[in-house]
Amino acid sequence: MNKNFSRKYLGIPYILFLMIFVVMPLLVILYYAFTDGTGQFTLSNIARFFTDPNTLGTLFYSFSLAFVTTCVCLLIAYPVAYILARSTFKSKRVIVLIFVMPMWINFTLRVTALKEILTMVEGNLAFHPFLNSVIGMSYDFLPFMILPLYTTLSKLDKSLLEAAADLGADDLRTFWKITFPLSMPGIVSGISMVFLPAMTNYVVLDMVYNSTYIMGSLIGSYFSAYDWHNGSMIALILLIIICLFSIFTNGQEEVDARGGSLL
Amino acid sequence: MKNRAVKCIILFLALTFIYAPILILALYSFADSATIGSAFHFSLQNYVTLFTTPELMDMIWGTLSLAVFSAIIATILGTIGAIGVFYSKKRAQMVANVVNQIPVVNADVVTGFSICILLVVVFGVSKDTFFPLIAGHVTLSAPFVYLAVLPKLKQMDSSLYEAALDLGASPAYALRKVILPQIMSGVISGFALAITLSLDDYFIATYTKPATFDTISTYVVNATKGSQTEIKTALWALSTIIFVLVLIFAVLMNVVSNKRSDDRKAGA
Repeated sequence: MNKNFSRKYLGIPYILFLMIFVVMPLLVILYYAFTDGTGQFTLSNIARFFTDPNTLGTLFYSFSLAFVTTCVCLLIAYPVAYILARSTFKSKRVIVLIFVMPMWINFTLRVTALKEILTMVEGNLAFHPFLNSVIGMSYDFLPFMILPLYTTLSKLDKSLLEAAADLGADDLRTFWKITFPLSMPGIVSGISMVFLPAMTNYVVLDMVYNSTYIMGSLIGSYFSAYDWHNGSMIALILLIIICLFSIFTNGQEEVDARGGSLL
Repeated sequence: MKNRAVKCIILFLALTFIYAPILILALYSFADSATIGSAFHFSLQNYVTLFTTPELMDMIWGTLSLAVFSAIIATILGTIGAIGVFYSKKRAQMVANVVNQIPVVNADVVTGFSICILLVVVFGVSKDTFFPLIAGHVTLSAPFVYLAVLPKLKQMDSSLYEAALDLGASPAYALRKVILPQIMSGVISGFALAITLSLDDYFIATYTKPATFDTISTYVVNATKGSQTEIKTALWALSTIIFVLVLIFAVLMNVVSNKRSDDRKAGA
């Protein structure tokens, strides 16, 4: 080995890996989405998605479910994160840990627990499928909303709040004019951690006996039917939605939201 | 004073929402009933079933082995990748960062489905080889390792590596002895992230796993559809054990980090 050995060559295996296991699968999806069983180019898959009332209904249902779930998570997580960030508890770290710890318990086991409790309260889960799905998803994704909000709020420059108070702003005004706008990055990253999974995580729906499809279930059902072409089209549509979302976020926030800094 | 009470109530309500299901299930894992809310008779039957049913034990060991194995590969790949990309040209860095982002923000359903289509449908790799499953989990977690390591590289003092080379260290030796120790905390949290991602995954496993192999997630989902109450309640015991393990891990983590910050204070 000589001094001309360049450390950048170490990147080659990883870039190759990304090309094979990240880029190639997406290209294959793209190919399948626009071809039919005989390999002929076709627009019928996309036409089918946008003309079939069932699939359009699924898209609408996914959006509604994801929207309501995100709102519920935000409404619960924001006060919690705000109180934790501003609290003067001696062992703040431990308390934050208690709130986000469930994210390290397998989600199917957690949703099972929730399902048993809901069954006890409601008797038959089938009567409120939408409500139960929202509760199930909020339960599943809540820690991923609390953590980014807490991180952003605890980094907030306290002197700005003091300045606002000195200049005569009351608490409410200070909150809407300073705290809330400055916590936007946390809100955006929390929303991206909740909204997309809520459109696709059909296991939560299955577990609370909601038989209505969301976008994820469509992939699952086309997959079971060996229909790669329509399945790929759904995957492609999801990818486009995801791309639109990720313009507003970056990966570092995802690592933080999953407790990367706590681990 | 009133303000403080309101805050405590909000925190308490949120904690109840988060923990009530887990704790009630934990309580009933020690009962002989399969219905929550029924009369409580203490029994360890669920734990006996959990540890004596080969199917359940196989599933638990399978999940753990998969998590550790895929996390090791992901950590090696992601760490070396981050170092390499960090020293590459700006344009290569940008490409790597964007592509690295895809599995991170992508829905797991899409990642699992697309890897299955590529490996199983296009290349005809058999799911029974475990290759699609491991590849899927590595693809899920390596980008997170990469993202955990990259900021450590940026914070690192780059002159130390140059100094090591000037003093006659080979690049490989300097990499191991100078760079690696400085980014170690990122590598460790990347590894921990990789483990949690693999343990929590359902979607990638369900599209890529061999038919006879189950992870905790796929097993639980099938068990809740089935009618075997014995297995169902044994899973409550598993849920309780995992909860206790996570709790112990969180406490330990906190003790370690307190000790670390105390050391830092003492050193200052």
